[in-house]
Amino acid sequence: MRHTLAVLVENNPGVLARVAGLFSRRGFNIDSLAVGRTESPDVSRMTIVVEGDERVLEQVNKQLHKLVDVIKINDITADEYVDRELVLIKVNADPAQRGEVMQIADVFRARIVDLGRKTVTLECTGNDGKINAFEESLRPYGIKELVRTGKIAMLRGTKYTGLQENGD
Amino acid sequence: MKKTGAQILVESLLAEGVDTIFGYPGGQALPIYDALYDADIRHILTRHEQGAAHAADGYARASGKPGVCLATSGPGATNLVTGIANAYMDSIPLVAITGQVPTSMLGRDSFQEADITGITLPITKHNYLVKDVNDLAKIVREAFYIATTGRPGPVLIDMPRDVSAGETDYTDPGPVHLPGYDIKKDPDPEQVARAVRAIEEAERPVIYAGGGVINANAHVELLKFAEMLLAPVATTLMGLGGFPGNHPLSVGMLGMHGSKYANYAVSECDLLIGVGVRFDDRVTSKLEAFAPNATVVHIDIDPAEIGKNVGVDIPVVGDVRATLRELAGRLQPRLASRWRDKIQTWKKEYPIEFEENGRIKPQEVIREIYNATGGNARITTEVGQHQMWAAHYYTYTRPRTFISSGGLGTMGFGFPAAIGVQLACPGETVIDIAGDGSIQMNIQELATAVSHKLPVKIAILNNGFLGMVRQWQELFYNRRYSYTELDNPDFVKIAEAYGAVGIRVDKKSEVRPALDEALRVDKPVVLDFQIEREENVLPMVPPGEAINNMLG
Ligand SMILES: Cc1ncc(C[n+]2csc(CCOP(=O)(O)OP(=O)(O)O)c2C)c(N)n1
Ligand SMILES: [Mg+2]
Repeated sequence: MRHTLAVLVENNPGVLARVAGLFSRRGFNIDSLAVGRTESPDVSRMTIVVEGDERVLEQVNKQLHKLVDVIKINDITADEYVDRELVLIKVNADPAQRGEVMQIADVFRARIVDLGRKTVTLECTGNDGKINAFEESLRPYGIKELVRTGKIAMLRGTKYTGLQENGD
Repeated sequence: MKKTGAQILVESLLAEGVDTIFGYPGGQALPIYDALYDADIRHILTRHEQGAAHAADGYARASGKPGVCLATSGPGATNLVTGIANAYMDSIPLVAITGQVPTSMLGRDSFQEADITGITLPITKHNYLVKDVNDLAKIVREAFYIATTGRPGPVLIDMPRDVSAGETDYTDPGPVHLPGYDIKKDPDPEQVARAVRAIEEAERPVIYAGGGVINANAHVELLKFAEMLLAPVATTLMGLGGFPGNHPLSVGMLGMHGSKYANYAVSECDLLIGVGVRFDDRVTSKLEAFAPNATVVHIDIDPAEIGKNVGVDIPVVGDVRATLRELAGRLQPRLASRWRDKIQTWKKEYPIEFEENGRIKPQEVIREIYNATGGNARITTEVGQHQMWAAHYYTYTRPRTFISSGGLGTMGFGFPAAIGVQLACPGETVIDIAGDGSIQMNIQELATAVSHKLPVKIAILNNGFLGMVRQWQELFYNRRYSYTELDNPDFVKIAEAYGAVGIRVDKKSEVRPALDEALRVDKPVVLDFQIEREENVLPMVPPGEAINNMLG
């Protein structure tokens, strides 16, 4: 099963290498990893999507905890959360096809961010499923280039996984 | 007052109570060595950085204090790597300090630059590249704190030359604040209660004790706990000495080269209590068949060890000593146990034994070492058959008296470790039980022992083979001895060339007199015992078998 972990880490150099190294060394499968600053400048947040059964997840959790730079880990899989990913896709589109591509973009509420002579570059955000569907719809036209940010996620409502204890 | 990074390092080491460090200088470590020149710290110059790391490791294992080693950048740092990995696998508190090229030269493949924090990422508990001299004091404090608390382990501090030469005002960094590092010392009462219930219900409990008992200084608590339960105690290689080997409840070592009665006890128990252990494959062998009928209680300070290799019924996360105390406080002592009696009969029925003949048997040498030292020596070992014989035929009754490379199985560990042990325990007898192969991996440290007048003894069980590998070739590769026979140098001459004493022993009748002589001399001594060449270590669990399915 796929799990989504929200991991708060100290913003030290090398912290990404420590986390990535741990996953590869112990044979854990990372689906995606997105990292960036948080509301506090000393702390970064990683959203890690990892595949594994309960036992693997338990080890992932415990081994991550052993890294001195890891402050807090939250497996939010079972909670209500919002998740988003951003994708940029450069797709073949000569003038004849452009209309169709734009219609697809419309359906997915994607935006055109660049136009070439024979290509269109689109930006789309959404959850996993939406991004996958968007990609599939464009595939027949010939995808020249594709880049995904990896998923970021946040709990819904007043709950949060930040540094402070939950208020409720 | 302004101080250099190197001076701050020295002050910080002193503040941590460090009195001895093991090291080897070089260009990028020059500022550090300059500060050491008139510092109140004893520096032991080994003859190889690997020797420095193992010596610091041995010092830590014998004393319970963190060991400290120091090397220059590049090749000096990479030479520490095996020693660091060794300490990591056996959870030994070690602080390794390396020189590094100046920060402005980092990342440019500068002369003698090696990314040692990158290289040691998977073999350290934590590591640091110091980029600002103002962070140094805080980092050193954290490093010692991390190395020695919780599950101990090595921490590396990489110090670019401009950091060690740079100046700043030294201020005490104060207490450590690490939000991502918390240790749970006291076990959860709920988990303790469950363990108590399981213990009360068990008819055939077995205690499986490891290096965690020694790390936690929990030998007294373990003894008391075992006596309350009347439970046999099987130890791992790392656990030897954590429970008195001569105690009626001791069943010696378990696992691949364990005693039959230890392995039988584990296979038939209905409750297995793992104490400071990690269910290593050299212990469990075939996992599905390990303690098949037992409820498993696992006590360890490191939560990640629980459930890593085997499913655990009752996890108890906490300091081993505190936990054993807590458990003992809630249990009623047993007065009689049929299970214990059964194990006593197994002990009589399946003793660890060997056949004597006219030649020198390795087992006999170890037994004589035990007799000659009254069992009061600190023993270190290299890795191979001799290591297993040292585990079987010498009885360890106190913690920190058997010092051996368990997890990594590092040939070349024992001798430099013995140097560290001797420095930690002046006045005590320290013997490295060595193989003719292993001793040649760090034999250069004879110079260190001689120059520091350390009367360490080396007992080489010389079989002319990489014996343990040969044994596997004999048993599982149809006696095809591929590259395991050794053409050895004259070890007596080597000893003498270094200024140590060398004694060759090729007759049975000379074993004890030679040992007595070696113990009498107040110098390093190399004993070259010409033993039976193709003796095997038995009993043995063949690879992939259940542990009660033993050869021999
Ligand atoms: C550094 C290192 N290299 C290789 C090995 C693999 N190995 C394990 S035991 C052994 C043979 C050791 O020979 P020796 O020191 O003579 O001991 P013996 O088994 O003969 O007692 C070897 C090569 C190892 N453990 N460590
Ligand atoms: Mg040998």
